[in-house]
Amino acid sequence: MSDSHNHGKEVSPGTEPAHKPHDMHLGLYLGVGGFLICATILTVYLSYVDFGSRKANIIVAMIVATVKVGFVAAIFMHLKGEKWTIWKFLLFTMFFVAGLFFLTLLHTSDPIFGTTHNTH
Amino acid sequence: MSTAATLTHEHDAHDDHHHNPGFWQKWVFSTDHKMIGIQYGTTGLVFLFFGFCLMMIMRWQLAHPGAPVPVIGSLLQSIFGSSAFAADAHGVRGVLTPDGYNSFGAMHGTIMVFFGIVPVAFAAFGNFVVPLQIGAPDMTFPRINMASFWCFFISCIFMVASFFVDGGAAKSGWTSYPPLSGISDAGHIFLNGQTLWGSGMVFNITASLLGSVNFIATIIQLRAPGMTWMRLPFFVWAQFVTAFLLVLAFPPLEAAAVMQLMDRAFHTSFFMPTGLVVAGHITHWSGGGSPILWQHLFWFLAHPEVYVLILPGIGMVAEIIANNTRKPLYGYKAMVGAIFVLGFLSFIVWAHHMYMTGMGARVAGFFQTTTIIISIPSVILVTALLLSLWGGSIRFTVPMLFATAFLPMFGIGGLTGIPLAFNAVDLYLHDTYYIIGHFHYVVAPGTIFAIFAGVYYWYPKATGRMLNDTLGRIHFFLSLIFINCIFFPMFLQGMAGVHRRWYDGGASYPQLITPVIHWNNFMSVAAFLLGLAQLPFIFNFCWSLFAGRKVPNDNPWDATTLEWDTPTPPPHGNFIKEIRVHRGPYEYSVPGAVKDFTPQSEAPEVDRPPGAASATPVVAHAH
Amino acid sequence: MQIPYEVTARPDTGLYNAKLGIWLFLASEVMLFGGLFSAYIFLRLGAEDGYWPHGLLNVPVGAGNTIILIGSSVTVVLAWASLKMRKFMQYKIWMGISILCGIAFLVVKLAYEWPQKFEHFGAFIKKDALSKYEGYLGNAHLKEKGLDPRVEVSGHLHEVEINVDSAQKDKLDAFLEANDLTMSPEAEGAKLLVVEHKSEEGKPREGMSPGVAEDLEAVPGVKVIAFRLGLDPVNAEPMNPESDKPHFWYKNPTDIPGRVEREDVESYSAFVPKHSPYFAVYFTITGLHGLHVLAGVLIMIYFWLPIAGGSNMFKRNPEHLANRVEVVGLFWHFVDLVWIFVFPIFYLL
Repeated sequence: MSDSHNHGKEVSPGTEPAHKPHDMHLGLYLGVGGFLICATILTVYLSYVDFGSRKANIIVAMIVATVKVGFVAAIFMHLKGEKWTIWKFLLFTMFFVAGLFFLTLLHTSDPIFGTTHNTH
Repeated sequence: MSTAATLTHEHDAHDDHHHNPGFWQKWVFSTDHKMIGIQYGTTGLVFLFFGFCLMMIMRWQLAHPGAPVPVIGSLLQSIFGSSAFAADAHGVRGVLTPDGYNSFGAMHGTIMVFFGIVPVAFAAFGNFVVPLQIGAPDMTFPRINMASFWCFFISCIFMVASFFVDGGAAKSGWTSYPPLSGISDAGHIFLNGQTLWGSGMVFNITASLLGSVNFIATIIQLRAPGMTWMRLPFFVWAQFVTAFLLVLAFPPLEAAAVMQLMDRAFHTSFFMPTGLVVAGHITHWSGGGSPILWQHLFWFLAHPEVYVLILPGIGMVAEIIANNTRKPLYGYKAMVGAIFVLGFLSFIVWAHHMYMTGMGARVAGFFQTTTIIISIPSVILVTALLLSLWGGSIRFTVPMLFATAFLPMFGIGGLTGIPLAFNAVDLYLHDTYYIIGHFHYVVAPGTIFAIFAGVYYWYPKATGRMLNDTLGRIHFFLSLIFINCIFFPMFLQGMAGVHRRWYDGGASYPQLITPVIHWNNFMSVAAFLLGLAQLPFIFNFCWSLFAGRKVPNDNPWDATTLEWDTPTPPPHGNFIKEIRVHRGPYEYSVPGAVKDFTPQSEAPEVDRPPGAASATPVVAHAH
Repeated sequence: MQIPYEVTARPDTGLYNAKLGIWLFLASEVMLFGGLFSAYIFLRLGAEDGYWPHGLLNVPVGAGNTIILIGSSVTVVLAWASLKMRKFMQYKIWMGISILCGIAFLVVKLAYEWPQKFEHFGAFIKKDALSKYEGYLGNAHLKEKGLDPRVEVSGHLHEVEINVDSAQKDKLDAFLEANDLTMSPEAEGAKLLVVEHKSEEGKPREGMSPGVAEDLEAVPGVKVIAFRLGLDPVNAEPMNPESDKPHFWYKNPTDIPGRVEREDVESYSAFVPKHSPYFAVYFTITGLHGLHVLAGVLIMIYFWLPIAGGSNMFKRNPEHLANRVEVVGLFWHFVDLVWIFVFPIFYLL
């Protein structure tokens, strides 16, 4: 994509640093990255710990995954600093994904003849 | 913050080509929203016509089961091949076979919904009108806009090609339910009707996603200075909510289409149940899949999809009613609120299409409740539009004829939906002609009338010429009569128990259908006459491009919204002067104003010192 | 004609156009993967006991890939930060590392993980024949412990026993020739023939590809009698408590021979999508995810290369480049995010 007509405006916008180094949270990013790697190791370890039932293991793994995802979203994706606009879309999206999961499952768990696991 | 201030340094955008675009860049690979809108519109109208023709052939078969299609039967057989058409006992070619009927039915539905209505009502009108109405120079992402059209065009090619491969087009319904859709059209691994359908849908959905992201970003970011949210024309609100429905509801269907393609091409068992037996033989699938899963993912989209089909139409009707009653819309705020509630609720009602799948009382109860609740915002919208007529100085221009007819037609469609919300009633009416009548009333005399209204309304802005008024009125009255003749008897047939998708119109079930079978012929004749009634419109549309009456000025309808502030047709960049919005969208018949309408961009009068005479004389109106 | 807010943010929303666009696109992607995950949940809950496998994927490799992807997420945000601070060389380095990590992820998946699956044979035993293969399945032992039954015998396919109709033997010969297979015994009138891969001098004998076995069955006149496998550890030692649940280190198929008769087999295949709903959804989700990784890598390469739309933009309009990198970074973080869910769901649970 060529820029053939720079109409004589000399100064490129934003040549000045937009943020000073101490604004840019470099340490924070590396720290969160390290935390995520540790959390991955934790996830693997916890999956081999017997929490009683398979269901319990699933819940534990999902909690850890959700925490990791929260950090990625909040820090790496800068959601923490964003204005309300993006949050609104995401909240609705989350609600609808949850609706898709739970209402579909409600159908399986509430069949007309009172038996479970109807799909086979 | 004015547009000019951001102009200075941001050159490395895309303006290289706008100085002197060649033929290809101006007419084919254009990034201008108006050209893209016209591209979507013409393609969509062609597909609407194609889908209509498929329906006419089906209706022939329903009225005269087993009889060859007259005049063009042999030609149809040559075009569509022997999977769709066969010769009758006397060797006369052109009888629509059961497979052919099923494929025409499936494709009629798919084409009308995804290749006709959505491209025209949402993409075409949205692309052309929305940036103009908000005072923007174009969409936020013009190149993605172009990509979205060409992605859509690729999907069109898949769908049309599917008619001409071995075995013909997809024939498992527009709903493509497995296991049938997993096993049907087996043959070539890719060049078969059902797989081409699925691939076409993937491209169509991708195009839709690219487009809707563009719409939302444009409406949020590119409103002109002074264009606050509550000053937006209602059409823009409608497109905004529609775009959200598309962005969030389409992807699960894309996932499901991918899974169905995996089932067909790689023999996975996403939707294929264990122990499936076809024609007496156990099939080789690993099993473990669930046909119900497809239904959930499909209807998760397809319910919001029906609101996608209607909301742009409601938006267009709102614009035209305000303009032709010369007064503001009644209940603008309530309408905005209603449209948001409608959009939100549309995501949690989908299983009312699935009452027959053996769901228990709890889940059925949930969906019945949400479905009944969603009727409330719909009623608010239609009532507000109806009340907008009260006390207006109504001008029955051709757009207004279509817009006012929309109201009772959509009303019938909506009211006939209410009984269907209850699973007890739906168990009887599901998959009967009652359903077909219900949804066609909403979409055909509903949205399509709104589309016609929009075409007659905005054609002058796009082309600089008016459509012929007399032809328009003939088109309207004939369409109104015949469309009701087609769809009203469907309720009678449905309540008698006539199923949809019976290719012989019920002739195999005489004990059930004898009281209502005579309607088949009546409806088919009406369909044919409805087709004839479109000829004045098609002729008008094409002829007026060259010989229509030129518009008297840039604002032939004396409208208030910003699209009428541009030259006709609008140039690249749309507005030749800086646009600033000073007032709401429907300032018609403002007391004390000179004209009976005040454009949104018109600046307010300068404040006068107390005691000075008003500079604007109050014009005396004849009583 | 200029589109406003391409680089500078609109004050009331705090966003420039592309950022809003990418977040909307990501919302749609959430719904896309949400649809796939809801399919996963639906299919897993609907599966009969024993028919949803566990422990078939290589956990250390998957965990390694997870860490690679997390690392690349860190480096891409550092690349963006470098641009905001106008440090060009740093940007190139961090972005380059992100690209390499993305490529590494794909190479591990496509050149190691997936091919390993395509060579792994699995045969589901018919329900009424399960007791016959108790020696490989150990279901009595599992029932005692309250664990799900085993219904599959798996491992590496070594040989296939067949009968062939002598009139159509030539078709079989042609097939063997084309696929580098031999057959023994060649003695005249031999009823049972064993097909195996040709062995090369000094090299260990290769197993047969399960796909080849399917093709063999389709050759006219051929009737498959049995499969001879090198069993997986869980089938070689089904009673061993070690086999009761999955372990961290991946265990390759052993050389311990097993034999499964064709008439006892419900269905068989490699560990490919059609094998079971588990592999169907695994390959579909990781495949779609992989396509997203590929797209991200390609776009990052575009922004890294010294071209007008890429790193050369730093001189003319560094803020615009920073925004572009931020946008691809958001996409990349989303891709990482999806994997953070995919890894435990498929590899661990």
